Amino acid sequence: MEIVVKELNHFYGPQKALDQLSFKVRTGEILGFLGPNGAGKTTTMKAITGYLTPSEGDVFIDGISVTQNPEQTKKTIGYLPENNPLYGDMPVIDYLIFAGQLQGLEGQKLKDRVREMVRVCGLNTEKHKKIGELSKGYKQRVGLAQALIHDPQVLILDEPTTGLDPNQIIEIRELIRQIGKEKTVLLSSHILAEVEATCDRVLIINKGKLVADGTPEELRKQASGHEILHVSIGGEEDKNKIFKALQDIPQVAVVDFRNDKKSGFEVQSKTGESSAKSIFDMCVNNGWYLTELTPFEKNLEDIFREVTKEQ
Amino acid sequence: MNKVLIITSKEFRGYFDSLMAYIMLFIFLGLTGFFTWLYGTDVFYTNTASLSPFFQTAYWTLFLFIPALTMKHIAEELKTGTIELLLTKPISYWQVIIGKFLATWLLIVVSLALTIPWYITIANLGPIDHGTVITGYLGLLLMSGAYISIGIFTSSLTQNQIVAFLLALIGGIFFQILFSMLASVFDGTLGNIFEYLDLRGHYDNITRGIIDSRDFIYFLSVIFISLAGAEASLLKKNLK
Repeated sequence: MEIVVKELNHFYGPQKALDQLSFKVRTGEILGFLGPNGAGKTTTMKAITGYLTPSEGDVFIDGISVTQNPEQTKKTIGYLPENNPLYGDMPVIDYLIFAGQLQGLEGQKLKDRVREMVRVCGLNTEKHKKIGELSKGYKQRVGLAQALIHDPQVLILDEPTTGLDPNQIIEIRELIRQIGKEKTVLLSSHILAEVEATCDRVLIINKGKLVADGTPEELRKQASGHEILHVSIGGEEDKNKIFKALQDIPQVAVVDFRNDKKSGFEVQSKTGESSAKSIFDMCVNNGWYLTELTPFEKNLEDIFREVTKEQ
Repeated sequence: MNKVLIITSKEFRGYFDSLMAYIMLFIFLGLTGFFTWLYGTDVFYTNTASLSPFFQTAYWTLFLFIPALTMKHIAEELKTGTIELLLTKPISYWQVIIGKFLATWLLIVVSLALTIPWYITIANLGPIDHGTVITGYLGLLLMSGAYISIGIFTSSLTQNQIVAFLLALIGGIFFQILFSMLASVFDGTLGNIFEYLDLRGHYDNITRGIIDSRDFIYFLSVIFISLAGAEASLLKKNLK
């Protein structure tokens, strides 16, 4: 099932939360939704699930409008809201049955699905406890289980791993990856490593606008048009001399001292050219030796900072 | 299963999970039993087989207890955010509200049903007017319905359960006392309006055995308007 978000505008009073936001999530894709706090991630997700009616624009799930036919679209969506709200007084199993019934499951089918969810989400030892007594990791699993109970084709997860410890994060990620093989998943996060690890495609929004869209590799390539090398050279005491020699190489655009406490230089080549060979030759000619020559890849974090920084 | 009944059964079981139901039953049966059999104008003091002290006590106990039963219905869901879970499922606002209304009402029905043994024992002690007993129960059920719906409405206005409780109680006092006081102060149309709004008057009509459609319409309208108000208040939150 395909999600199409079309020209969404939303205002909280005078404040504009979403600004002509449009994007598509294709069937079978895990889409990571990134953005700084207050960028409009949660607002967008609420609009997709039909909890919030956007001021303007609409969302279509397989061509069906969320604002016109919410009863229909809600059946196809599994939703884990931000902060994972749950009924603390209810036992886990009762809650899953309740969630399944609301999605129209009955009889044997309901029993099978609840049993399946308990198994998939690893809730077997905790199933008779009250939800309020569970640890945060287990609560998160209950949240996922209720979202998945009716085997939805579309899964909307708002920060599914907040507050979990590293082991739990990896487990939940693994679970999302597994589920995401057949379903359309939209996952928001501000942990970039998580998005990189789980998602096929990344959207970055800032102040309600789409600022970047692509696979993590594409984004990385886009952001680093120039080759950047981290270079350290031995055999010469005078740093300034090396600095000058590097600057004289024709392919080199900018040379900088590294600012991250390590000795050495950051060398940026001219667009489309590589200076690695020339640096090596230069060392040979001067009788110096290389102690480091590493191509520096921008990670998602840098890209994220670049596209979302204050103008 | 019907969506309304799913909510009703969840909320009804919730009362028992959180001990609320047991406290309610204990205090309700305790108070009404005490005043019917043991204290004040009880059956042995007046020497007549009458359930009127029971109805009096039941009335005021319910009046105070219903806001406590309804205060969490929507306020708690708003506070913990579970309302978002509920309303992103294929269920309408109206179904959620009716479901919750029926759950509380069912608890009141259970409480009242458990007092039937007293009716039977008193009927065995002497001649009793069966008609007034039936209309008495009917009046209590209708009055409970009205106050439950008012409680659900006030619960939809706030995230704070205590505020919801107090608002429901204040609303109750208006319908119980203040409208009739206002009716005696104003004359003409305004006076008539206040007199019509006074819940106690309609309740007394029914328990006296005067079965008039106007009184039924009154109770059903209070229930309907309050629940519609709760729905409107939820819809307004969604649009923000």
